[in-house]
Amino acid sequence: MTIKPVGPSVRKDKEPNPRPFPNPYLVGVGLGTVLFLSVLITGDGLGASGAVQRIWAWFESLIVPQHVDNNIYLVTYAGGDAQPLNHWIVMLAIGVLIGGFISGLIGRRVYTEIVKGPAISNGTRLLFALLGGSFVGFGARFARGCTSSQGLSGSALLSVGSWVFMMAFFAGALAAAPFFKKLWND
Amino acid sequence: MPFPLDLHELGTPVTYTIFVFIGIGFGFMLEQAGFGRSTKLAAQFYFKDFAMFRVMFTAVITAMVLIYGAVAIGILDLRKVYVPGTFLWPVAIGGFILGVGFLIGGLCPGTSIAGAATLKLDAMVFLVGVVIGVFIFGETVPFFMGFWTSSDLGRFTLPEWLGIPAGVIILFIVVLALLLFWGSEQLEKKMGGADPAEAPKARYYGAAAIVLVAVIVLFLGSPGTSDYWEAVAADEQVRIDNRELQIHPAELLGLMNDTYVNLVMLDVRDERDYNQFHLRAAQQVDPTLESVEDAAPDLIGLHPRTVIVTMSNDERDATEAWKTLTANNVINVYILEGGVNEWLNIFGEDAEPKPTAYPDQSAFVFTSALGGRCVASDPDSDDLELVFEPKVVIAGPTAVVGGGCG
Repeated sequence: MTIKPVGPSVRKDKEPNPRPFPNPYLVGVGLGTVLFLSVLITGDGLGASGAVQRIWAWFESLIVPQHVDNNIYLVTYAGGDAQPLNHWIVMLAIGVLIGGFISGLIGRRVYTEIVKGPAISNGTRLLFALLGGSFVGFGARFARGCTSSQGLSGSALLSVGSWVFMMAFFAGALAAAPFFKKLWND
Repeated sequence: MPFPLDLHELGTPVTYTIFVFIGIGFGFMLEQAGFGRSTKLAAQFYFKDFAMFRVMFTAVITAMVLIYGAVAIGILDLRKVYVPGTFLWPVAIGGFILGVGFLIGGLCPGTSIAGAATLKLDAMVFLVGVVIGVFIFGETVPFFMGFWTSSDLGRFTLPEWLGIPAGVIILFIVVLALLLFWGSEQLEKKMGGADPAEAPKARYYGAAAIVLVAVIVLFLGSPGTSDYWEAVAADEQVRIDNRELQIHPAELLGLMNDTYVNLVMLDVRDERDYNQFHLRAAQQVDPTLESVEDAAPDLIGLHPRTVIVTMSNDERDATEAWKTLTANNVINVYILEGGVNEWLNIFGEDAEPKPTAYPDQSAFVFTSALGGRCVASDPDSDDLELVFEPKVVIAGPTAVVGGGCG
């Protein structure tokens, strides 16, 4: 997003001045420690896509409860009197929102922006974000978990399925990379 | 083993507060990693920025050595930790679709929440896309439910698959990760990126520390049935000695005819004895420690009104099997009092007794292998009016039935 040039002094204040990201190995140790604490304290790993599933199932059961009750998959989340939001993973997602915001504040990175490759327009980026997001949402439910739960948590717990997931995930991204070069490169 | 905590006992408000705080830590680390920015994540697949690979793999090996370290020193009970089930083909196909979407959209569900928290508009739109994908999946999955629930291998870990101790696999993964990190730094240098010589030296100490922990985990080894039994032996041995678990054959007969009870009978005699005579619905499990250990996971998480009864010719092997199952967190397990011999004393009208020479030996003569086909295998409950002291109390489920992306 472009920032309107109002005047030299004002502009200097408004121009985003994000701090650089810390060393990735260091952040990796931090992330691994959070995952460890989650498993140690609660017996559950980290996750994200399940929260989206539950929020959506809640919304869908508000509008078309009959339809949800008749769907062999959705009924397990929001059938009858089930409270899809009454689940730990929804709390975790709320925490992710708060934690991301705090980290952004510290890193001076909280400002509206469309993050995109240099060769595409904002509209193109948003269109592909929507498209990519729907692939990811579909794939995450298909695999019974996303990069956080199947990928990160399951791999650390040595689950065979999670290591298969990780390899398939990297294979999918690498296979798609040559076709979408323009999205991310000059 | 104090961990994981019993969340049911803590109550919902405390539990949810814990999860919010874990989420805060998770979101904080994702944002610190730069994962709220799609360009940084996508750059990984053009080999321009290795942050994604490094953060993820470092997190995996860090969590792995800490988790298995906690297991090895006996503070974490791994059997109570939720491990995502392995549905081989659905996981592979879902992972591939997710990978393609990740490359197109530049984010994944967790990172898009972190991105949205810092007001990245593309992350918010991506999140809307995730909702659409979830919606499409929910509406279409009834059409391929068969495939989606296929190739179910259950809770299936690398040590079980390869038959190698977890410690060896962990050390291998740690060394592999460090080699790949080194390789990525060389590649980065070649591609004109950062010079590894300028990166902080501290990462070598970190690498040494993580290898050291992995080696310690390897030497400590993971606890087995005998360790688990020791942890509960003080309470449980008393129950065996007080004969609180040995149920009278008539009580078992009652359970066999109780349609409100899911009865599982485990006959831990060898195959020869089992083929000569067994209770009709009894399943044969070899009396070895390994066989009973293998059976344990299948006996957890069954219907809440499940009762499991072990039996041998008298009680010796059945008691050992009881100990193994109880040590491995199977609940509602009982022992048939006096074993199959006592059963035949009561119900085997025509059975011809013979003297026994050693413990847990059959005390009856069989001229042919009757299996489960004679009257005594499933006697009529109205025939006898036996007096006994009922002992079975069905305890509530304690197993973790949570779930990753649940």
